[in-house]
Amino acid sequence: MYKNFLRYLISAIFLITFSISAKADFKVGFVYIGPTGDHGWTYQHDEGRKAVEAAGIKTTYVESVKYGADAERVIRQLAQSGHDLIFTTSFGYMDATNKVAKDFPNVKFEHATGYKREHSNVSTYSARFYQGRTILGHIAGKLTKTNTIGYIASFPIPEVIRGINAMTLAAQKVNPNIKTKIVWVFSWYDPGKEAEAAQALIDQGADIIMQHTDSTAPVQTAEKAGIWSFGQASDMQRFAPKSILTSIIDDWAPYYVERAIAARDGTWSQQDTWHGLKEGMVAMSPYNKGMGADLVKEAEQLQKDLASGKIHSFTGPIYDQKGNILVAEGKVADDGMLLGMNVYVKGVEGDIPK
Amino acid sequence: MEDLLIKIEKRNDVPTTLYFFTPFIAIILTIIGGGIIFYTLGFNPIEALKFYFITPISNLYGFSELLLKATPLCLIAIGLSFCFKSNNWNIGAEGQLTFGAIVGGGVALLFYNQEGFYILPLIIIGGAIGGMIFALIPAILKTYFNTNEILVSLMLVYVSKLILDYLVVGPWSNPEGFNFPETRQFSDSARMPLLFEGLRIHAGIFISLAAVFVSWFVLYKTYLGFQIKVSGLSLKTAKYAGFKGKTMILIVFMISGACAGMAGVGEITGPIGQLHRMISPDYGFTAIIVAFLGRLNPFGIIFASLVVSLTYLGAETAQIFLQIPQYTGQVFQGMILFFLLASDYLLFFKIKFQNFNKNELRH
Repeated sequence: MYKNFLRYLISAIFLITFSISAKADFKVGFVYIGPTGDHGWTYQHDEGRKAVEAAGIKTTYVESVKYGADAERVIRQLAQSGHDLIFTTSFGYMDATNKVAKDFPNVKFEHATGYKREHSNVSTYSARFYQGRTILGHIAGKLTKTNTIGYIASFPIPEVIRGINAMTLAAQKVNPNIKTKIVWVFSWYDPGKEAEAAQALIDQGADIIMQHTDSTAPVQTAEKAGIWSFGQASDMQRFAPKSILTSIIDDWAPYYVERAIAARDGTWSQQDTWHGLKEGMVAMSPYNKGMGADLVKEAEQLQKDLASGKIHSFTGPIYDQKGNILVAEGKVADDGMLLGMNVYVKGVEGDIPK
Repeated sequence: MEDLLIKIEKRNDVPTTLYFFTPFIAIILTIIGGGIIFYTLGFNPIEALKFYFITPISNLYGFSELLLKATPLCLIAIGLSFCFKSNNWNIGAEGQLTFGAIVGGGVALLFYNQEGFYILPLIIIGGAIGGMIFALIPAILKTYFNTNEILVSLMLVYVSKLILDYLVVGPWSNPEGFNFPETRQFSDSARMPLLFEGLRIHAGIFISLAAVFVSWFVLYKTYLGFQIKVSGLSLKTAKYAGFKGKTMILIVFMISGACAGMAGVGEITGPIGQLHRMISPDYGFTAIIVAFLGRLNPFGIIFASLVVSLTYLGAETAQIFLQIPQYTGQVFQGMILFFLLASDYLLFFKIKFQNFNKNELRH
């Protein structure tokens, strides 16, 4: 009797602990480089997370996670605390993501903008933001009076260089005298530095400002100076209602929902995704009517053609700064060239920081 | 007519035991204060505090991460204690850490494709020398040109970070790295040996522990330590006693810089494994809190570095489990310092409330 009772007790304890440690809920974790309130990069990733949540899947996020030693711990902690799918949403998490993935083969990892997929449970994804830059270039080329476009850049990585080149090529097509001036701030999110950079570019004669950084400081500076600007990553229109012509929007939501559901249902597999206007991962916010009805129409047409593939952002002939040919006439740059892009095209001023 | 009169008087008889006890009071007050903040944010305070202070170290991995985080904080704070004890306000440990990491990292990159037992010691020595050189700048300017070391050491932090930026973007960036702002990965011989398979805690912890014992010996058992303490208590006395003030200032800054530099090397050869722009989440500044929370006492600093590290880890855990904003970690560190300074004030001064009758003055 007593022995039986003990046996029941032990098996009951076993059952309870087992059912607690067994996976109760499917959970998705997100690691962010900035605060969710940056109204740029991280904000859009968090919008994507909310869409996953709305699809009935539990999510967790950790914001402002620094590159380096902290990133690996946070990712590992998410994996350890029962998250089944983890999105690491900045380039600098690449090595940490792969390291943790090795130790958690049952957890799926999705790393944004990286190229390392060292284990079968790591996927990478990014968006063809350069397609949006082509539209910005077209508008900027038409609207600039000083023929000088100011560009606030973060890091001299292919991703950013590609954007600068795509914009410059499109602007040159409509205005051969265009010059692109660049200030490197060496940060993704630093409102103070970004505002200073915008002011410096305005002082050098730029009458259109665009950015490859995440805060709203540049567009606000442009608004104050009474010149045009373009928003980055999310619709920044409300921060500079007069100045903003359009914003390139990163829409991660459909991808996140699709991948989360796939992971939950067991159909997730490793892949490398690079979506653009066609799939909707890159979108444009409503065009500012201040640019004129004709230009709005042109921009909309260009957006359609880029999405359908009729127009490619990098169509030859494309020359580098010294005049060497990069892409021959009639050819388009392949993805390999785009992914490793590390030279400026003709018309961009200055050198890539080395 | 009665008015309340508040009088502040210095206490002459502060018991030493109480002096070392107040940090605990500060921590308890911080926990209570944190509970109140969590409550007002709409979280169950007990649950939130549990995630904050207990969950992070409830398993071996968590505990090893705590030690990993405490390793640089402890080492830097030990170095700072030499400066602070002698009234030299070195605020730029972050810069010395960065410059130490630059020199150490430079050595590591020199040997990027080589293996050998001598590589790691060379890197550590390089880091110590780098930190030392960078700390000597404010020290020399202070001793020979009378500049303010707080300002100089603080501004040099930005100088060091810009040098690091320049190097990892330009000449030292990985040739196969697509122009990304980072260097090559260091070779295995340039990495701190891990203490346990699967955990990130590395041999750097022994440097920190050695620093604790050496600093205890120097501060309490040597003539130099005596000089440092006397100078801290009264510069005039130190001069009267014939201590060579300038040499001592240079020495304490060098010790402090060497410790910070080695801490930087510990990070890049430990968990990071290469140089990039963000090698330290402001360890150099946080170590200032650690030094004071530890009462500038070597063993107190061990304890303080663990407590402050826990606020970092807790902030992450609380965010993962309860979605409490990560910035509460900084709030906690701020509160610890605030309560410590406040309880120090009450410890050294007494506040007297007296009623006095103005009419009485007329007599």
